[in-house]
Amino acid sequence: MALLSVRDLSITIGRMQPLDRISFDLGKGEILGVVGESGSGKSLTAMSVMGLLPLIRGRITSGQVLFDGIDLTRLKEKEYRALRGRRIALITQNPMTSLDPVLTVGSQIDQVSRLHLGLVPAEAKARSIDLMQQLRISEAEVVHDQYPHQLSGGMKQRIVIAMALAADPDLIIADEPTTALDVTIQAQIMQILVELVRDRGLALMLITHDMGVVAQTCDRVVVLYAGRVAERNTVTEIFAAPQHPYTRALIGCIPRTASQPGSLTGIPGMVPSVLDYPSGCRFHPRCALAQAVCCDTVPPLEPVGVGGLTGCGLAACHFAGESAPAKGMRHG
Amino acid sequence: MVAQAGTFGRVVLTPRGGISALFLAIVVLCAIFAPWIAPYPYDVQDLSISSQAPSMAHWLGTDEFGRDVLSRIIFGARTSLTVSVVSICVSVFVGMSLGAAAGYFGGAFDRAVTAVVDLSWSFPEILIALIFVAIIGPGLESTMMAIGIAYLAQFTRLTRAQIMSLKGETYVEATINLGAGHLHVLFRHLIPNALAPVLVCGMLATGDAIILEATLGFFGLGAQPPTPSWGAMMNSGTAQIFLAPWIIIFPGLTVALTVIAINLCGDAVIQALDIRGRVRES
Amino acid sequence: MLSFAVRRLVMLVPVFLAVSMIIFLIIHLIPGDPIDNLIRTGSTPEQKAILTAKYGLDRSLVEQYVIWLKKLLNGDLGEAIILRRPVSSLITQNLPYSLALGGLALLFSTVVGIVTGSLAAIYKDSALDRGVMALILLGSTVPSFWLGLLMILVFSVQLGWFPVSGARNWHSLVLPVLTVGLGGTALVARVTRVAMVDVAQKDFVTLLHAKGLAPLRIQLRHVLRHALLPVITILGLRIGWILGGAVTVEIVFARPGLGTLLIKSLNQRDYPVVQGCLLMLAIAVMLGTFLGDLIQAAVDPRVRGNLK
Repeated sequence: MALLSVRDLSITIGRMQPLDRISFDLGKGEILGVVGESGSGKSLTAMSVMGLLPLIRGRITSGQVLFDGIDLTRLKEKEYRALRGRRIALITQNPMTSLDPVLTVGSQIDQVSRLHLGLVPAEAKARSIDLMQQLRISEAEVVHDQYPHQLSGGMKQRIVIAMALAADPDLIIADEPTTALDVTIQAQIMQILVELVRDRGLALMLITHDMGVVAQTCDRVVVLYAGRVAERNTVTEIFAAPQHPYTRALIGCIPRTASQPGSLTGIPGMVPSVLDYPSGCRFHPRCALAQAVCCDTVPPLEPVGVGGLTGCGLAACHFAGESAPAKGMRHG
Repeated sequence: MVAQAGTFGRVVLTPRGGISALFLAIVVLCAIFAPWIAPYPYDVQDLSISSQAPSMAHWLGTDEFGRDVLSRIIFGARTSLTVSVVSICVSVFVGMSLGAAAGYFGGAFDRAVTAVVDLSWSFPEILIALIFVAIIGPGLESTMMAIGIAYLAQFTRLTRAQIMSLKGETYVEATINLGAGHLHVLFRHLIPNALAPVLVCGMLATGDAIILEATLGFFGLGAQPPTPSWGAMMNSGTAQIFLAPWIIIFPGLTVALTVIAINLCGDAVIQALDIRGRVRES
Repeated sequence: MLSFAVRRLVMLVPVFLAVSMIIFLIIHLIPGDPIDNLIRTGSTPEQKAILTAKYGLDRSLVEQYVIWLKKLLNGDLGEAIILRRPVSSLITQNLPYSLALGGLALLFSTVVGIVTGSLAAIYKDSALDRGVMALILLGSTVPSFWLGLLMILVFSVQLGWFPVSGARNWHSLVLPVLTVGLGGTALVARVTRVAMVDVAQKDFVTLLHAKGLAPLRIQLRHVLRHALLPVITILGLRIGWILGGAVTVEIVFARPGLGTLLIKSLNQRDYPVVQGCLLMLAIAVMLGTFLGDLIQAAVDPRVRGNLK
């Protein structure tokens, strides 16, 4: 059974409904990529699983979030709090702003193990320093007593990761953990995260807009578009035979050494505003293949299995499986 | 013009903005048409009816010289509003010029302006005002001067900050690189964009200026008798506070309501223009 | 920390010189011969000559300022014209009353302002929040002298709970402190609320929630702590402003104090006393700002670092 199973999750914030019947599964030792452009609902998915929607005045209207068999949507706030940081941890996007600037970074890591594991300060400190060393922070004892503004971005993100690991969680949600970092540091941080999953057998939900990162790290992929699942599949299949035009477009955005000059394609138009979603398939205004039916009818999320591939893939497109990949995307 | 009408509409259509704007309009109209609206002249004394409680004849009572309190409040609006509006206008104009020049040209001039502004910034307006009253002597002129100078730092600082941040904008740099003159850049690009926050700040400061005028007047350092001003009315009323509290209560209430209306209206404008961060920052 | 304090203190020296210069110039800027502004009307030419020599009025302005400053540093602020006493003794006599009122009002504003402001922020958009907001609006728009008069009318005249005026015991301090404190409370509460609401939206607070900390603990231990930085800054900048409130309120309650002394002297054109009072108030403002800086540096490690 999957460790995390999100089923038909819909949420509202005020009058907006930014997530509409999202479903996906994530097992232990797996990395799930949640992909989409800004505004597609990736971060809100993370906030929903963390149970932090009330912070942004949002609430879950329907669906379930099953974690290790428990329906998180039915938990009392106090029970939820015992899980947060203990069994489900969050790594946020921007390490520059994710640490409390007036506390030493060490005390911020200690806080988690003291709260959830009941460690005394000295034990917590030893544990934090041990964790920091595992994350290849040199001179961990010194860094422990430094303030965030004294550390580099990559170092701060390691601290945030150490904070996430401090109570030995089962699931880590990483919300674009490398976007704010230098390219050279990005690879290091991704490598650390992947190793954590492989070595400790924990589950990682990796939120990103970069299909390149997905291809290198993830086991499975959920593609979100405008608050709905566009496509869901294993990483090998989705790259071998993307079914949804949006997925193909995202893959088309990865630069490759072998690609022809000028073949790198962007996606025309923008993600629609949550206040003004198009009818039918929400991608149709930007889709080269759109037909009349796309404007009127919401395409159901249906199993796909084309080209002899067997799998659990699902895509929400009226023409999934029929359409050949668009021109200019047939490479790599 | 369309944008302005839109802003006005958005201010007036909110309940707070609408009510406070209406109240302010009434106060301004009272000030302008005081001789026609006021039931009695402001300066005619009649000791036979001194310190009378509010009645049908004198809605807000009479003061110790038998003058009608309501009429004096209505005439007092002229003094109080003129003093605060004129001095704030001058202050905004001078402050914007100083701030724009300092922010745009920088250098030694900027450092000098910033030093003076920072110096006066930490001093309470009332203290600056009292220094000026000490120099010029009591009266409306020194009140206006004091208000103008007390708030100068605020407008200079705000304009300078606006100009500095606008100067860094790509489009302004592009204009400068294309060879536009200083005056063109300042008057066509920078000042128009910096105007809204400074004007709103000026509006809010007008409220503070009314309080400052009232305070100086109350101390007998502002408007001199028999000129009615909201503050001066209360000065003469302190002796009567136990016998005739209405001489003090109503002018003070007028000040309080007017300033509350200015604040609410200013907030509505800030909201309509969406410039909260730019006005309140400094 | 010590070197920070020393540097800050050194930075105050030019400010002090500038302010003292302006206050020194008052005598020369008012219309008329400075000597006439320093002496009783109807003094004999001999008396004038003595004083002219004493204040060095026959020398250049710069020399006069140096003489004045030297005397000032020795605690000699000249002699009051009307009261015929050394200004310094008048000030030392009145200062404790102002300090008591200003200090208590500051304490009241800080404590009540932070408590109400953070309650409003924690329970944002509730009835409590709207109540606090209304109080803030009142506190920042009602003239404090008028509020004082109303307090006297209600609590002293109608209810008879507190004395109308004077400064004989702590009882007489209650109404003045409340009057001065309301404006300061409004200021502190507004800044606290805005800052807390602002901080609560930061990434690191989201992460604190993600760590599983209790919301109230996050608000009080982390959010409030950050919100205190702007509160301390504003308080430091506005200590003078709260003391200024004390100036205007003293006279309403007929309390002795620097404010009462200043306003009386202004009305009587007793310029040496005016100079002395303004100088004392200016020094109080500067020290207040300095204190605010120190506390800020103690709370925020970044402030100390940036100034190195």
